[in-house]
Amino acid sequence: MIYLNNAATTIQKPPAVADAVVAAMSGAGSCSRGASPDDLAAARSVAGARVKLARLIGFRHPERVIFAHNATVALNTAIFGLLRPGDHVITTDFEHNSVLRPLHELERRGIIELDYVPADRAGRLCMEALEGLFQPNTRAVVATHASNLTGAITDAATIARAAHAHGARFILDASQTLGALPVDMAALGADIICFTGHKALMGPQGTGGLAVAPDLELTPLVHGGTGVKSADPFQPSSYPEHLEAGTMNAHGLAGLDAALEFLLALGIDRVEAHERALRERFVEGVAAIPSITVYGVDDGHDHTGVVALNMAGIDSSSLADRLACEFDIATRAGLHCAPRMHAALGTLETGAVRFSFGWYTDAADVDVAIAALTRIADELAGGSGAYGA
Amino acid sequence: MGRERVERIVVSFASTFDAMEAERLCQEAQVPGRIIPLPVEIDSECGLAWAMPPEDGVLASFNAAVEGHLVPEGIHRIML
Repeated sequence: MIYLNNAATTIQKPPAVADAVVAAMSGAGSCSRGASPDDLAAARSVAGARVKLARLIGFRHPERVIFAHNATVALNTAIFGLLRPGDHVITTDFEHNSVLRPLHELERRGIIELDYVPADRAGRLCMEALEGLFQPNTRAVVATHASNLTGAITDAATIARAAHAHGARFILDASQTLGALPVDMAALGADIICFTGHKALMGPQGTGGLAVAPDLELTPLVHGGTGVKSADPFQPSSYPEHLEAGTMNAHGLAGLDAALEFLLALGIDRVEAHERALRERFVEGVAAIPSITVYGVDDGHDHTGVVALNMAGIDSSSLADRLACEFDIATRAGLHCAPRMHAALGTLETGAVRFSFGWYTDAADVDVAIAALTRIADELAGGSGAYGA
Repeated sequence: MGRERVERIVVSFASTFDAMEAERLCQEAQVPGRIIPLPVEIDSECGLAWAMPPEDGVLASFNAAVEGHLVPEGIHRIML
């Protein structure tokens, strides 16, 4: 299988990741629930992952790196922990449902008011609209670092400056970028960065979290055991326990720790350059197939290693199915949990097929995908060979 | 016959992460000691603590190792 669904999860990981998970499953006890050698092994691994994650984003407060089961839980922790009745929030058309649905729920309950920075038909985020959306009660701007559909990278630093100028906080969803692009929390101006461990970071599923600026207090989303301050009837005020209740996923976090060690040694710049080259190769290759429409190529943004397209004469789910069954290529069809972006692109009814590349994708994989699309397009055109199949 | 109790310098922390960081920093700086369960003489609550021998200079070495990285919640001399 050529796995071109890396925006959903990375299936190939550094070998050290699985090794670390297996070792932890037989050698790691309970993080923060005991001082035996096995329990301390778990605590050291989790602490190590916090330190490495903080280093990856240039953050000087590893104790405020909070681990969660995934980016969705992290985003819910940030959104529900920060917002209060009467707040106004700005988000964007680029967002994933992990941002949109918690905000919609707060809006439905009458707790917040919500506005969107629109995206246009070309897939461009209309930043000129941002300034006019602020209100005196704007509490937060929540934005992704890159569209999970087109790969368009947002101008997070500009969004942060605008938010701060209006006294609002900036929550950055880095699910699509951490591990794929250099992410510097201070340079981007993020008050909170939410991330997942299993995509470009190449850690196990069931890992993710958020980094919370030291001048920001969040109300806990989940309450329970922490292994410290057990007589306190409420969550401890100290971090990370303030926002972490229940037994940690020490097995998964051991894998994330190994993945972070791999990436810190490799250098994110190399990952970024690799994925950009693959994307350019793919976009250039499919440009020779006239029945293909690629979304977001003229949007003016830089891009991650993600491309969405449709082919005339075949619906997106059938195209993804043919790629999987006939060519052993994994992609993703449908709406990608990004309904507003699809609406902006005019693909809400049709969906699209997303190709997403990772560190372990190579140029030969991309060429196989181009050849497969060429073959399918040629068949649909009547087998003339017009597209070079 | 139980283990003979000896005096130790015991450092308590606000979080498990701080305890693990203290261990890492002390190991790097070769400050003697180890992580122990938080003694009930300090607090009956759960948690971890860093225990060191009470020899001259050890506490100063500890403070130098963790300075700028974390702030201990408390420093105690107790019999363990």
